[in-house]
Amino acid sequence: MKVLTLNFLTCAVKACKSSTSSFPLHPKECELVSDSIVPNPALLTNILPRVDWSALITISTELGFPTLPPTAPTIEELQSDEKMMAELHTLLLETQISEGSLVCGNCGHEYKIKEGIANFLLPNHLV
Amino acid sequence: MEYMIRFTHVHETFRLPEIKALAVLEGIDLEVISYSADSPYCFVKLPSEEAAIKLAKRSILAKAIYEVWGSGSSYEDLHDNVRGVSQHLWPLYKTCSFKFSIDSFQGTRSTETHRKLIEGFKFLEFEGPIRMKNADQEFCLFEEWVFQSERLGILEPHSVHMGRFICGSDRDAIGIYDLKKRKYICTTSMDAELALITANITLAAPGKIFYDPFVGSGSFPVACAHFGAFAFGSDIDGRSIRGKGKSKPNLYSNFVQYGITDLFGDSFIADLTHTPLRKARLFDGIVCDPPYGVREGLKVLGSRDPTKGKVPVIRDGKAHHELDAYIPPKRPYSFLAMLDDILEFASISLVDNGRLSFWMPTANDEDQEIKIPEHHALEIVSTCTQEFNRWSRKLITYRRIPDSEVVAITREKRVKEDGVNADDLNPFRKGYFKGFKAGFR
Repeated sequence: MKVLTLNFLTCAVKACKSSTSSFPLHPKECELVSDSIVPNPALLTNILPRVDWSALITISTELGFPTLPPTAPTIEELQSDEKMMAELHTLLLETQISEGSLVCGNCGHEYKIKEGIANFLLPNHLV
Repeated sequence: MEYMIRFTHVHETFRLPEIKALAVLEGIDLEVISYSADSPYCFVKLPSEEAAIKLAKRSILAKAIYEVWGSGSSYEDLHDNVRGVSQHLWPLYKTCSFKFSIDSFQGTRSTETHRKLIEGFKFLEFEGPIRMKNADQEFCLFEEWVFQSERLGILEPHSVHMGRFICGSDRDAIGIYDLKKRKYICTTSMDAELALITANITLAAPGKIFYDPFVGSGSFPVACAHFGAFAFGSDIDGRSIRGKGKSKPNLYSNFVQYGITDLFGDSFIADLTHTPLRKARLFDGIVCDPPYGVREGLKVLGSRDPTKGKVPVIRDGKAHHELDAYIPPKRPYSFLAMLDDILEFASISLVDNGRLSFWMPTANDEDQEIKIPEHHALEIVSTCTQEFNRWSRKLITYRRIPDSEVVAITREKRVKEDGVNADDLNPFRKGYFKGFKAGFR
């Protein structure tokens, strides 16, 4: 599961959707792998406005990556800053969680990740 | 300038929607001059040759696009028309190598006649060498014959056209993505040609993010990635994503097979009615083929008995749902309710002008037809139909209307289908297994 995907996901429990603590989900005991992907600047500029930057900062810190700037770069800033482009490419698209779990900060439910595939199916009492 | 799109003569109702979608995608001003479902020749007006190339090159249902040099109801007519319409173009091709070919729709000609018909165009005064392979320019004569002309004793086509070949299409992709050669498929994998057409109609393109909430073995994400989109997928059935056994083929290995892993977004296990995706405009396109309940049951999370399982089960001091082998219970769900859920999800998750395409089945009998679902934030762009004997499936495409243009209307809530078993919840499934005899509703 890519860090980008993590930025798109929150808790699947309906009651948690309204709570701000349900997003982002917190990685727990995660194994990280990195896949090499051809840079795709068009994709990155398209993704940037859809990324929740403060959640990305949280995740990046929790996974032990260097601190990101406090505010998201604008599209122009990103396009003129090769280093930023490369760093975001590595963080969002190349870095992946292969094993571990994601924990909701609101209800505490843990979603397992196995072989890079996260399982968001809920047990009956949370449906 | 007038151009002619040479379509293949299959999936007729998909042809114009695909071409129109490609015109939207490339920002091309396309005017359809003439089109008929009975003919593979479609005449269009385009601003330039460059536009013609952009329009045709990634089409699946077009074979090629031609610059029109003339049309007529007979060869005599055509000769006169070519003299009138395209005389100014002749000198441009005076010395280059060239070839002529004949494309007869619903008719046949002997090679002897071919040569005679081609020689009829001597008045063009081309002086370049004729090359049957790698000619600089290719000219083609198109003949439209009445259906079953041979049996009816008709000896001449009812209309003929002449064109200069501009460029071919992306039909080769159908062979590349052929399911027979794909290493990992499941019972409901979408045919490669239709998956690619779906991706085109939904405007899959480089830099865009696509999502399939019923991903299965990944037919749609693969097709979207072929056109350069970054593709995500989820499914309630984890087995289809993970694959089986060690060194297993799975959804991801299909991306490996086609060398498009750079465009693999992610795949995860989730139920659309309990989606983990946050409520935000995340996707440029959503494509899916939701389970109809015939080959693949339509299920969502929950128990058939709504009173059951409200508290976690604890066995030997351990919560049952935390065990690795735990499988959450699922219940049958109404197909029509699912369609509504898909529309609602799309209205939340698509960017402005982003597109949603999904497949839905319906009976051919009018009384039993399933109505196309509507949503106030989504506008229907096209409806394409693939007909089978007693039922057909439709590819319906919507555009997310920008919020500023949405007219808020209070919609009637769909009457909730009663019952807990699959037949009660799904009129299509019920009709299918009863052979669409009257009055299954």
